Amino acid sequence: MSGLTSNNASVMPDRLRGQLFRIIASWEFLLLGVAILIFLFNVQASPYFLDPWNLSDATYNFTEKAMIAFAMALVIISGEIDLSVASIIALVSTCMGFAVQLGFDTPMLIGVAIIVGAACGAFNGFLVAIMGLPSIVVTIGTLSLFRGIAYIVLGDQAYSGYPKSFAYFGQGYVWWVITVEMVLFTVVALLFFLLLHLTSFGRSVKAIGNNPTAALFAGIRVPRVKFILFVLTGIMSAIAAICLTSRLGSTRPSIAVGWELEIVTMVVLGGVNILGGSGTIFGVFIAALVMGMVTFGLGLLNVPGIVMSIFIGLLLITVIALPIIIQRTRQRVAS
Amino acid sequence: MRKTTTLITAAILGGSMAMSSAQAEEMRIALVVKALGIGFFEAAAKGAEEAAAELGDVEIIYTGPTDTTAEGQIEVINSLIAQKVDAIAISANDQDALVPALKKAMDRGITVISWDSGVAPEGRMMHLNPSSNSLIGNMIVKMAADHLPDGGDVAVLSASATATNQNIWIDEMNKVIGDYPGINVVATVYGDDLSDKSYREAQGLMSSHPDLKAIISPTSVGIVAAAQAVTDEGKAGEILVTGLGLPSEMAAHVDSGASKSFAIWNPIDLGYAATMISYNLAKGEATASADGEIGMGRLGAVTLDDSMDGAMSDPFVYDSSNINDFKDIF
Repeated sequence: MSGLTSNNASVMPDRLRGQLFRIIASWEFLLLGVAILIFLFNVQASPYFLDPWNLSDATYNFTEKAMIAFAMALVIISGEIDLSVASIIALVSTCMGFAVQLGFDTPMLIGVAIIVGAACGAFNGFLVAIMGLPSIVVTIGTLSLFRGIAYIVLGDQAYSGYPKSFAYFGQGYVWWVITVEMVLFTVVALLFFLLLHLTSFGRSVKAIGNNPTAALFAGIRVPRVKFILFVLTGIMSAIAAICLTSRLGSTRPSIAVGWELEIVTMVVLGGVNILGGSGTIFGVFIAALVMGMVTFGLGLLNVPGIVMSIFIGLLLITVIALPIIIQRTRQRVAS
Repeated sequence: MRKTTTLITAAILGGSMAMSSAQAEEMRIALVVKALGIGFFEAAAKGAEEAAAELGDVEIIYTGPTDTTAEGQIEVINSLIAQKVDAIAISANDQDALVPALKKAMDRGITVISWDSGVAPEGRMMHLNPSSNSLIGNMIVKMAADHLPDGGDVAVLSASATATNQNIWIDEMNKVIGDYPGINVVATVYGDDLSDKSYREAQGLMSSHPDLKAIISPTSVGIVAAAQAVTDEGKAGEILVTGLGLPSEMAAHVDSGASKSFAIWNPIDLGYAATMISYNLAKGEATASADGEIGMGRLGAVTLDDSMDGAMSDPFVYDSSNINDFKDIF
């Protein structure tokens, strides 16, 4: 671990287009290769894979999680983490369900969702960025807190009775097999791509992840950037909650339980350095496709879920180990 | 670099070889459970395989998520829709959240039923309950009466006074008590489904009713506590404990003689019946309609009510003859 950090410090990503840049570039290339391989394998393994409707259904495996993963990528690049995302979904969904009981209509529900999501994110952001508490501790706390509130409100009950028009987000189609969620997912990916790679805000995020002290001295308002990132994650969780609730047509406090780990997996698989400082939206995008295709492909073969978890776990360890191994090998070759 | 890519390729391809797809048979019925690795559902799968062997032209796909979530089951349902299975028989983790996914399955021509844990009526063609309230109410008193040929005083140890299920069962029991002459229900007490409170209530019953012949407890917590209390009092065999319990928890008390028999659903029969019903519906040999009957092979036929619910059978009675086969299952 220490070898990696010291190496990171000596070769700053995106500042010197040196070794690390090339590794990251080839890294995404590798992931793309894996994605293509899995695709080809799936086509071969199951006659049902290459069917437009089936592929369209399969995208639900990852679109909602991926939308949060893009925001999470930025948080992780900045050197923090947010483990409360799935609990934010639960709380947002519960608030929407409550609003339905009060007779709110679809646009109002969206408003409620975004406000609650942003508020949850702001709460995390306040504790981490303003109070300076470690994000892993804060968000483990809010992980229990937000879902706990949902449990207090709902207990073993469920909210249903969402308006018909609300089903559009999670069950609607824009055109032919193109679902509303796919479009949202693509738009969100593009926006985050622009934000991270083409704005000064994005560069600040990377700078903070590389060295917060240096970033501060460089005039970056570190707490402000971090606060915004947490609010952004809260809002993305709210959007995912809208899609998921719409897809399920109901709310239970156990909604989306365990998603935070799948989302972090997606981000790390996408080549984002878990220690902060580097990563790309394109990588996370491909990682979402890879995870979606792996779960769907193995599902088509009726492989038990536990085997899927093992597969994802191995994939994750491989991709985390790979850059480190490559780096060590290069170092050895160089010396 | 190239070496690692090759390695990953090899790993993926190697994995693929191991999971060669099953051979297509005439009809594929998916038995979807709350989560894999639960003894109760493994037993149901055994029953489904039994039905498949009997039918001959059926392939069972036994599947489910790793944890008991609605989202996990939806992913499973989507992959089953994609495989164009003929029927889905599901024990649901969430009666509402699965409705859109199961509706989609039905739209694409798949037969959908729920069993054990139901789905809201719009998300399935019928629901198979393991038993019905009246059958349970009758069974709990029948088990006591069977071992008391001369009749006698019996008492009920229930869960909480507000427990809906238990109250319905006790009501149903009281409706048929006239069929069992000589059986007197002398008291109904509440142990709140807490082991220690149930134990004290059972002790109280024994001291306040010296002629007590049986304790009926229609709850899995109460029946174990009552059996323990009777054993500790040295009255095993004298005072009979019966009701609803789990084989794994009751095996020791059946061995000691504190309980001669008790009842609960039989998961093997449940999986068998769900498969038979799916088969008959998918084949078009029966349709799900109010008051309609659907065949369940060796278990006879199920009759549906207005909300397309049906009850499989009497609760299954466990005693010293079969307890050892089931105690490891659930």
